[in-house]
Amino acid sequence: MRRTMLYLPGNNPNMLMRGYLFRPDGLILDLEDSVTASEKDAARILVREVLANREFGECEVTVRINGVDTELWRDDISSVVPAGAAGIRVPKVDTPRTVLDIDEELSEVESRSGIPQGSTKIFCLLESALGVWNAYDIATSSKRVAAIIPGGEDLAADLRANRSADGVELEWVRRMMIVAARAAGVDALDTVYPRITDDDGLRREAEFTKKLGFDGKSVIHPGQIQIIHEVYTPTEREVESAKRIVAAAREAASRGRGAVTVDGRMVDLPVVRRAEFTLTRAGIAFGEPEETPDGERRG
Amino acid sequence: MALNAVHRNIPESIDGYGDTSGRLFEGAFARQPEGRKHGAKLRSVLPGGQQKQLKGIKEAIAASGLKSGMTISFHHHLRNGDYVVNMVLDACAEMGIRDLTLFPTALFGVHKALITHIGSGVISRILGSVNGPIGVLVSEGGMVAPVVLRSHGGRPRAVMAGDVRIDVAFIAAPTADSGGNISGRFGKSACGSIGYAFTDAEYADCVVAITDNLQPYPISNVSIPGIFIDFIVQIDSIGDPAGIVSGTTRVTRDPLRLMIAKYASRLIESSPYFSDGFGFQTGAGGIPLAVTAHIKEGMKRRGIKASFGLGGITGYFVDLLKEGFVEKLLDVQSFDLDAVKSIASDARHIEISADWYANPWNLGSAVNALDAVILGATEVDRDFNVNVNTEADGALLHGIGGHQDTAAGASLTIIAQPLLRGRIPCVVDRVHTVTTPGEVVDALVTEFGVTINPRRQDLIDAFKEARYGDTVPFVPMDELVVRAKRMSGPMSPIRTTDRIVGVVEWRDGTVIDVIRQIERRLQS
Repeated sequence: MRRTMLYLPGNNPNMLMRGYLFRPDGLILDLEDSVTASEKDAARILVREVLANREFGECEVTVRINGVDTELWRDDISSVVPAGAAGIRVPKVDTPRTVLDIDEELSEVESRSGIPQGSTKIFCLLESALGVWNAYDIATSSKRVAAIIPGGEDLAADLRANRSADGVELEWVRRMMIVAARAAGVDALDTVYPRITDDDGLRREAEFTKKLGFDGKSVIHPGQIQIIHEVYTPTEREVESAKRIVAAAREAASRGRGAVTVDGRMVDLPVVRRAEFTLTRAGIAFGEPEETPDGERRG
Repeated sequence: MALNAVHRNIPESIDGYGDTSGRLFEGAFARQPEGRKHGAKLRSVLPGGQQKQLKGIKEAIAASGLKSGMTISFHHHLRNGDYVVNMVLDACAEMGIRDLTLFPTALFGVHKALITHIGSGVISRILGSVNGPIGVLVSEGGMVAPVVLRSHGGRPRAVMAGDVRIDVAFIAAPTADSGGNISGRFGKSACGSIGYAFTDAEYADCVVAITDNLQPYPISNVSIPGIFIDFIVQIDSIGDPAGIVSGTTRVTRDPLRLMIAKYASRLIESSPYFSDGFGFQTGAGGIPLAVTAHIKEGMKRRGIKASFGLGGITGYFVDLLKEGFVEKLLDVQSFDLDAVKSIASDARHIEISADWYANPWNLGSAVNALDAVILGATEVDRDFNVNVNTEADGALLHGIGGHQDTAAGASLTIIAQPLLRGRIPCVVDRVHTVTTPGEVVDALVTEFGVTINPRRQDLIDAFKEARYGDTVPFVPMDELVVRAKRMSGPMSPIRTTDRIVGVVEWRDGTVIDVIRQIERRLQS
């Protein structure tokens, strides 16, 4: 699950060590925008040390490295990947070329450090019109790509638009992102909501992007996590319906049948997968015995 | 040297404090009162007699009979806006009075002007909390006699028991009348409750009220009646309103502190004390205020009300009173404008003295009725001993406040504090100074979860019964100590000399710890 991925400034030990306590689904230890040029080396060392402690609860831990247009990104990768970063968030990905360069570097570092080849994921930030246009090609350029994420401020500027309260300038980009991600089989993660004191605005935006099909959202303030989780956690009705679908599908499978009918609707494999995903999001382990609506216990 | 009940080495005699034999801390409730109260001098005013109003502070000092070597007292209700303490000491200095013992209920940053009077010998001893620049001065050995720290309840106890005799009490009075009746509720310098001044008024040999709002006799809503007041002085201003009360108190938005507040509230809600009619104290800090907000939601869910809120009162508590979540407020100190307005207009908002609030040696201390209290700390150790007095470098920087009293009185005492401040750990093997013993501390709440004192198995059971699971983690103390060490890295030990610069009394007057002079920091 990647409902929330929390950015933590790479030069702030307190945040780096305690961010996981807010229970986001993932963490992004940031070496890019939140670190000034003079602190890049110090932050890289700090992030490496914090990673090595491996105290992040259940969070998926990634690092946002400096862009491939800088001289820092190779050092970033060779520091944080051996220290245990599960993924690399790459800024300003405009073309598949960037992904290929990163992929190559990761492979080298992985083989040097005895890390299984291909295990380090790539999260692509598409922060320009060109990047968005190339979204599908980028998402399919390496097996490492786990998600594509539209940029916020940079992208709006590149589109010659301003960021507005209702986010209309990014609306098409967001829809495009979903199509590209689904076509490529990767996650679509939304950009951050920058107004950290506007809880209602955040909720509205999260509800909108969830409706579009996004898997989650980047987060810049721990106070935003709870709200996004509430939005992305399925409603009781959705959960009940998903439970019925999963239960019926299992029963059908145990009797050697494929398709079944639930609530008067044909249920095939994609629908069952969707229902299982709903239960995962709801924090319900569908491998466990569940109470069915009629009270009967099933495995 | 002898060890007291919290394993602190206390010398048999302390220069400037006296003999400690028979006065070592033996346990939170070990020492009980004997004998009679030590009262003030008998005085009277004949019918049609003495005019109480004098022209100025110097006239009042002269009339009070204040001489070198005596003890003078002050209250701290004007907080960082106070003009009175500095004015009285300036006048004493000009009048050639020296070697005074200062007995304030607390001193603030605004009182750093006193450093001159300490240096020149006008003030030779401070019995009361010191912080800021005076704290540093004392910690580095800048005073001859050690400061003596007492809790809000320990202070009136010390007066009644004769440990401290007040020669002259100077009471800043936001409103007074010609008969000497005074009130904190009204006037341009209104501060609400003046509860800390009550005992001084009753037990000092002479009491001088200093006001900037003199009204015709008699005023209503009297805090302290004129039967205790010898003289009244009217001056232009007793304080700066901006420093007396804060505008509004806000709940923190710091997500870490909000998380701690949520955990603390859940702990209270899981306890057997969270039922209709419970009484609680949370204070004015960021975490406590947020706990109050969560408790309100908890009360809503459970459909219960609190019978009273106690202590320093904020607008937040006033809102709970207005909304019907709390039936009464017992107010020893009003922190903000809303609290001042409320105590002046709502009969359910009751002004109480420090004696009533917290004195262990009376017959109805309000802290004894507390079900739960949320407190802070600079350090907590494996034995749940709490330090609120000294900082990580050993410098004396904070008073005790009501910490000891509420911890001793409440059924559930919770310390709510981030595990680290900056990179300084708040949970340690052994606190530098014991302010409050672990025997009256029930739980510690940090961002890592809830840590319950093992002697409270009943609370542990109740907490586990609530089945919060991962949403409110349970963390054993040992794990917390290890975690704090790992996060902070090694800390250099505090380097002190043998000289004692502070004595920390437990609320019953026994010595719970001493504070030694720190080695002077390198001048940068």
